[in-house]
Amino acid sequence: MSDFIVPNLQKEKIEEYATEGMRLDGRKISDYREIKVEKEISKNAESSVRVRVGDTEVFAGVKMAVTEPYPDSPNEGTFMTTAELHPMASDNFDLGKPGIGAIELARVIDRGIRESGFIDFKKLCIKEGEKVWQVFVDIVALNDGGNLLDVAGLAALIALGNARLPVYNEEEDKIEHEFSDNPLPLDKEAMSFNMTLHKIGGKILVDVTKEEEAISDYRISIAVADNSGEPRITAMQKGKAGAISEGDMENILNLVCDKWKEMFPKVKELVFG
Amino acid sequence: MDNEERQIVVPGETIVSGNEYLPGDGAYRDGNEVVSKRFGVSNISDKHVRVIPVSGTYYPRRGNTIIGTVVDITHNGWLIDFGGAQNAFLGVSEVPRYINKNELREFLDFGESVVVKVWDVKGRGIDVSMKMRGFGKLEGGMLFSVNPNKVPRIIGKEGSMVKLIRDATGCEITVGQNGKVWISGSDVQKEILTREIIEFVVNNATINGLTEKVEEFIKSKGLKGSDVEIVAENTDGGEE
Amino acid sequence: MVNSLYTKRSDGRKMDEVRPMKAKVGIVPSADGSASFETGGTKAIAVVRGPRTLHPQHMQNPQKGILRVSYGMMPFSVWDRIRPGPSRRSEEISKVVEWALSSVVDLSEFPNTVVDVFIQIPQADAGTRVAGLNAASMALAHAGIPMKEMVSAIAVGKADKTLIVDVNKEEEDFSEGEGATDIPMALTSRTKNIALLQLDGKISPNELREAINMGKKACGDILKVQMDALKNVNGGSDNE
Repeated sequence: MSDFIVPNLQKEKIEEYATEGMRLDGRKISDYREIKVEKEISKNAESSVRVRVGDTEVFAGVKMAVTEPYPDSPNEGTFMTTAELHPMASDNFDLGKPGIGAIELARVIDRGIRESGFIDFKKLCIKEGEKVWQVFVDIVALNDGGNLLDVAGLAALIALGNARLPVYNEEEDKIEHEFSDNPLPLDKEAMSFNMTLHKIGGKILVDVTKEEEAISDYRISIAVADNSGEPRITAMQKGKAGAISEGDMENILNLVCDKWKEMFPKVKELVFG
Repeated sequence: MDNEERQIVVPGETIVSGNEYLPGDGAYRDGNEVVSKRFGVSNISDKHVRVIPVSGTYYPRRGNTIIGTVVDITHNGWLIDFGGAQNAFLGVSEVPRYINKNELREFLDFGESVVVKVWDVKGRGIDVSMKMRGFGKLEGGMLFSVNPNKVPRIIGKEGSMVKLIRDATGCEITVGQNGKVWISGSDVQKEILTREIIEFVVNNATINGLTEKVEEFIKSKGLKGSDVEIVAENTDGGEE
Repeated sequence: MVNSLYTKRSDGRKMDEVRPMKAKVGIVPSADGSASFETGGTKAIAVVRGPRTLHPQHMQNPQKGILRVSYGMMPFSVWDRIRPGPSRRSEEISKVVEWALSSVVDLSEFPNTVVDVFIQIPQADAGTRVAGLNAASMALAHAGIPMKEMVSAIAVGKADKTLIVDVNKEEEDFSEGEGATDIPMALTSRTKNIALLQLDGKISPNELREAINMGKKACGDILKVQMDALKNVNGGSDNE
């Protein structure tokens, strides 16, 4: 992965705008870009989506298989998230094994989904100790216009929310080449979605562009769920080298609560339609 | 079939037949026919057939004005990233005043942006200069990118379009043929508006009566004609 | 087609009929060129980045740019999930597609650079490499890369004794009688030369001749779709 260079005058201008609560594309620092979702990209997938936020676009798909459970959780299904920051999406991505960017992104999204309890792993058990469903979420970036993590996280949620189990023939122990009408066993109330905030020009910004992402002091990704009408944080990850001040932490939490009120219902609508 | 016969052509498509036609940029001869080598708009002028690209990377030509950013400093000059396949080289002898080898960074540092003229295009990169009036370091302002093939529309005939936008917004505007645009205004709102107007031009580049549409757009944004002070003359980016 | 076990196509098509096609240009804003091409249930996306500097330096060609193709399938594109990352199959397909495109592309103006073509398959129903090649041809044109002509591709084949055009997955898996023969091929648009040709199965030389002729005709249909997509590209919103 190579660095994306932002000219000095641009960095200064982005910071200047941020102190006034504005951004170069006309948005306010707390505005999201337009979200577009296309479903059913692949008829061979349990679910597949294409999600675009501003210029940033990703594919996500769910595939399932039957496997042996892990020894320490004999009655739970398994879950794995992969992410490919494919070089088609950016001049700064290279071909080859996943770099730290892809690894961190996949792990952060994975944790957010796993720890929230969104997927009911116990209901993915077919025969305790012997057979469980294995759920794969695979994300492929198509265009990096900034904030890939949130867009990928959203795509993963929508893909999971729309997935149907393949038909499993228990007697013959094989997966039939067709889909059932059964959705993934999900606890809808436990859904948690990811918001990544960046510190720029003394302010906290949401849904950053590629340039903003490159010049920010630090970023913090926060997965938030709904606890009976109140925000509940289920995962966090701070990235980049800048440090968060106490005042910042206050602003971050306030912004998270505000945006959660606005975005959570929208995300729920996108995921469950 | 001169001048006005423009069509969108794809590689391999016959543009015109006849041995009197000469293939120019983006075209080649195949027997009796002149064939397109690129995806673009065909242009026939005095039996000279060219294809003008509508998309794709910018290819630098001698005499072009480009905007770029310093990404490296050598012992005798600066390497400028302008979005092309190779970086441009700005030699220490191509700046307006005498620069001592120790003063390179002081004069122009990493990350600073410049508007320069292309004076040589070789296999291993291009050479640029900022010795002439109207070229130099860019201070303040903001940058954004547009499809380089639409730059002639932003500039307009003899600079008329960019002048129209400048007068309406009071912002300084410099357009590089490489598709980089620099804007500097008295406040954030004006700069954002100027960018919106330029993007409007780019998105409507192919329609007739563009100038009227742009004027309507400007009015709809609440701007009047010449809004302000004439700021320091910047090059208008040159023409095609 | 005397006494063949395959008398009616699984999807009701005529033997020489191509599945419904859909093509679009300019789908990845940050790329130099991009396109999608769909044939029935097979979707392909191609993205071009370049010409850009090639690293490491020792791989550079001082006389011309090099073309580099990378083909891959998305994990959820097929029924049995494909683990992310390259496979021997994807490496081979990348190479034959690269050869096909190299036969028409002219990178002599861009020494020491690379033009990267990325092909990805979001949904597969046989014929993925030819759909990818069709998309790549458009994406290269969209990127303004000089090409003597376009390339169009199709998979022709045989199911038992019946020659068919645009083989789908079911037909690829046909196992009765002489089974299935799969023949991906690509044709250059102007010179009508074969730029890609592979085969596996059982076929006589005469049947092969006829299959290739059927393929050539189908490539004409493909070319029309590619050209329409390029000529109708939205100037502005998707490609910059």
